[in-house]
Amino acid sequence: MKVVVVGGGLAGLMAVIKLCEHDVDVDLISYVPVKRSHSVCAQGGINGAVNTKGEGDSPWNHFDDTLLGGDYLANQPPVLGMCEAAPGIIYLMDRMGVTFTRTGEGLLDFRRFGGTLVHRTAFCGSTTGQQLLYGLDEQVRRWEVEGKVKKYEEWDFLSAVIDEEGVCRGCVAQDMKTMEIRAFPADAVVMCTGGIGMIYGKSTNSYINTGSPASSIYQQGAYYANPEMIQVHPTCIPSEDKHRLISEGVRGDGGRVWTYKDGKPWYFLEEWYPAYGNLVSRDVASRGIYKVCRDLKLGIDGQDFVYLDVTHLEPEWIEKRQHGVLEIYRKFAGEEPTKVPMKIFPAMHYTMGGLWVDYDQMTNIPGLFAAGECEYQYHGANRLGANSLLSCFYGGIVAGDKVPEYGMKLKKDYRNISSKVFETEVAKQKTKMEKIYRLNGSENPYRLKAELNEYMSNNVTVVRYTEKLKETDKKILELMQRYQKIGVCDAGGWSNRTAIFIRHLWNMFEFSRAIVHGALLRKESRGAHYMPEYPDRDDENWLKTTKAKWTPDEPQFSLEDIDTSLIKPRVRRYDVRKDEVIKEEAEKEKVATLRKEEAVVG
Amino acid sequence: MKEVLLKIKRQDNPQTKPYWEEFKVPLTPKMNVISCLLEIQKNPVNVKGQQTTPIVWDCNCLEEVCGACTMIINGIARQACAALVENLTQPIVLQPLTKFPLVRDLMVDRIKMFENLKKIRAWVPIDGTYYLGPGPKVSQSVQEKVYPISTCMTCGCCMEACPYVNNKSNYMGPTAMAQVYLFNSHPTGAMEKEKRLDAITGDGGIADCGKALNCERVCPKEIPLVSIIGELNRQTTFRSFSRWLFK
Ligand SMILES: Cc1cc2nc3c(=O)[nH]c(=O)nc-3n(C[C@H](O)[C@H](O)[C@H](O)COP(=O)(O)OP(=O)(O)OC[C@H]3O[C@@H](n4cnc5c(N)ncnc54)[C@H](O)[C@@H]3O)c2cc1C
Ligand code: SF4
Ligand code: SF4
Ligand code: FES
Repeated sequence: MKVVVVGGGLAGLMAVIKLCEHDVDVDLISYVPVKRSHSVCAQGGINGAVNTKGEGDSPWNHFDDTLLGGDYLANQPPVLGMCEAAPGIIYLMDRMGVTFTRTGEGLLDFRRFGGTLVHRTAFCGSTTGQQLLYGLDEQVRRWEVEGKVKKYEEWDFLSAVIDEEGVCRGCVAQDMKTMEIRAFPADAVVMCTGGIGMIYGKSTNSYINTGSPASSIYQQGAYYANPEMIQVHPTCIPSEDKHRLISEGVRGDGGRVWTYKDGKPWYFLEEWYPAYGNLVSRDVASRGIYKVCRDLKLGIDGQDFVYLDVTHLEPEWIEKRQHGVLEIYRKFAGEEPTKVPMKIFPAMHYTMGGLWVDYDQMTNIPGLFAAGECEYQYHGANRLGANSLLSCFYGGIVAGDKVPEYGMKLKKDYRNISSKVFETEVAKQKTKMEKIYRLNGSENPYRLKAELNEYMSNNVTVVRYTEKLKETDKKILELMQRYQKIGVCDAGGWSNRTAIFIRHLWNMFEFSRAIVHGALLRKESRGAHYMPEYPDRDDENWLKTTKAKWTPDEPQFSLEDIDTSLIKPRVRRYDVRKDEVIKEEAEKEKVATLRKEEAVVG
Repeated sequence: MKEVLLKIKRQDNPQTKPYWEEFKVPLTPKMNVISCLLEIQKNPVNVKGQQTTPIVWDCNCLEEVCGACTMIINGIARQACAALVENLTQPIVLQPLTKFPLVRDLMVDRIKMFENLKKIRAWVPIDGTYYLGPGPKVSQSVQEKVYPISTCMTCGCCMEACPYVNNKSNYMGPTAMAQVYLFNSHPTGAMEKEKRLDAITGDGGIADCGKALNCERVCPKEIPLVSIIGELNRQTTFRSFSRWLFK
């Protein structure tokens, strides 16, 4: 069997290793050399209820926190599978030699993270993603030497090859040096292409995260689920080129958020949410900071930022645990964070939504799978910190195990597919490229992107108003028209990055529309999606996945029920401990049943 | 408005001749070299007022962890994303790395560093990814010692600075040596210690290092390359000696 894996972040590399262990041959296509994938940015850690701190933690407790954090918008069985697999995944990475931070006994150390009350996050200083990615990268290199994997690095994914039966038989990609476009025939394709931060421009994401590959297969008929669920991370350093993240782990290690009120420090998160304090889930923290800066006008010096403070912590200790992050602050903000509190503000960070997949990680197009940040399955309406790396591993593992099962059932081998199927798709992509080369208008593509970024960042992040969303959609349509008048400003036939960018730009427009339309559709507030016009969660009508289907006019949505078979959705509160909420709700239910019984008897 | 002046060495492809082009971009607070290049993309016009092509360069993380954006800035190999304009003298001179094949403008092909990692078997030889329980215990002091080495982002600064990495030599360079040390320090990794030492004995290996010490000075991750190379030198010598003894 032969499989193409697109993307070599954590999800992609994990899938590759599993596939190799199943004796599958893999072509690995990646925009950047896989070792430079965006996963290197992850700082804080990876969750797993290993329970080494005597807190009575368990995978079930992890599962419960994850559902609550996601405001119950995730189908429950796969989330439970992920939480149960988590301790084993951390052990696996430990065996690969990942340099996890240790306790005095030489065991893995764990820190606290948001949306939970226990120490559940394994970490390597503050460069966890980098270390984990390197661990997998090394194993993939080993398989490369064995001849099971062939890497195509600095290739841009263009489209899936779908035959007349609607089955995926490989993909088309472009060599970004020679600009050659060719097909990669295979029995299945696994998309592991990560997030979409460039749609928002100044986000915490890496430069290549345009979402182009996922958008491209969305335009080929794959469903995009919960597009409106965009995470805005509360603590980032605003900057011209990128809003750099200050990890939640800093608060996990004791960092406090505050601003001045009546001339005195006001620890507003601690005051509003006594149980979780600075470690409330991210959507809640971001809304809190927005409230302080925008509604109460209490940002530092009246500006859009508040303090994240570690100056009360022992400098040597915090340096050891957070060196990477503190260095970022020193370098990019130019101040000493152990002496002066850090200035931070929320920024776009993560996409909970993504390609719709079934429990085997397969999209609605047979043979086309997805794993990692580019799919929607594990985080519902808001992701808990340190659960993303975990979902990348787990999704990669599931895909790596399920793709071979799918392959066994295939009637036709990829080598028996008519070459016409591939030629047609290649020709289509070549025509598209030729069209881009011929664009000779006056619009600059990078400026169009900047305009998109501004609208998306202002209108489709923490607070969403119907009017503003409609305005944004209108703006995107305008940009799509102006796109036709782009001047390519580079006609070169060698390593033409501008032409490639122009292709991505269109895909960003298509995706943005799905996000905006999803947000307009969901008339409630849940997790990261907050609409002042509909301030409450509405389980009756909206405990549902929104599934966008691309059409030439606009995205069309269908709704899908959520599988809540394992835990009944509760009210989401971070001001009190969750055991108290559970007790309270049980009491209420008891009273209600008693009343009912009384009514029957009476 | 204050402006930043940049002088950039450009080359359309490996076959054509390089040329210099100058640009002016508006200065913004805490601007780095990448922000300058992004500004040029939005308005690809040089100081002479001529329309030109946007610059081609490599970058991804924009926070000095992916290693992609290495280029020569005012004569020194470093990450463009971490190079703040306010700390640089102008004109800011940008050039591609010289120790790797050029792709276009500031972009080079650093695949040889990844190929070297194959030669030195830079991995822990695990049996498989199925469940086998936790890994070996590691003390805090060992973890603290190896952790910096594992942050090597294959950026190539050390390769650029090392006079012994060049067209005429096969020297794998300091990056690969540090990785040998890293994997030989791990309890499971050490099971293939000899294979790694053999890989750096002979052509392209550790003996090609001329102890010029430049590498450590430029490493953005402050990896103690010189002492690592010293230690490996002792180990390879000892290994050659014992092989000769037990022949
Ligand atoms: C600053 C930051 C800190 C974070 N910290 C944490 C944390 O502490 N804990 C946690 O759990 N999560 C964290 N996250 C989230 C987490 O890092 C990401 O969600 C995760 O790494 C995504 O991994 P991935 O494998 O899905 O994709 P990525 O790592 O983004 O990899 C995508 C791959 O797809 C390839 N690709 C992309 N586009 C194309 C294309 N057009 N053609 C071909 N290939 C393409 C890329 O080359 C790359 O190999 C953080 C995120 C950020 C931004
Ligand atoms: S010590 Fe000198 S010769 Fe040796 S690797 Fe470093 S720079 Fe090169
Ligand atoms: S050793 Fe340092 S300079 Fe060399 S590649 Fe690694 S991080 Fe870069
Ligand atoms: S862009 Fe990653 S190191 Fe500069």
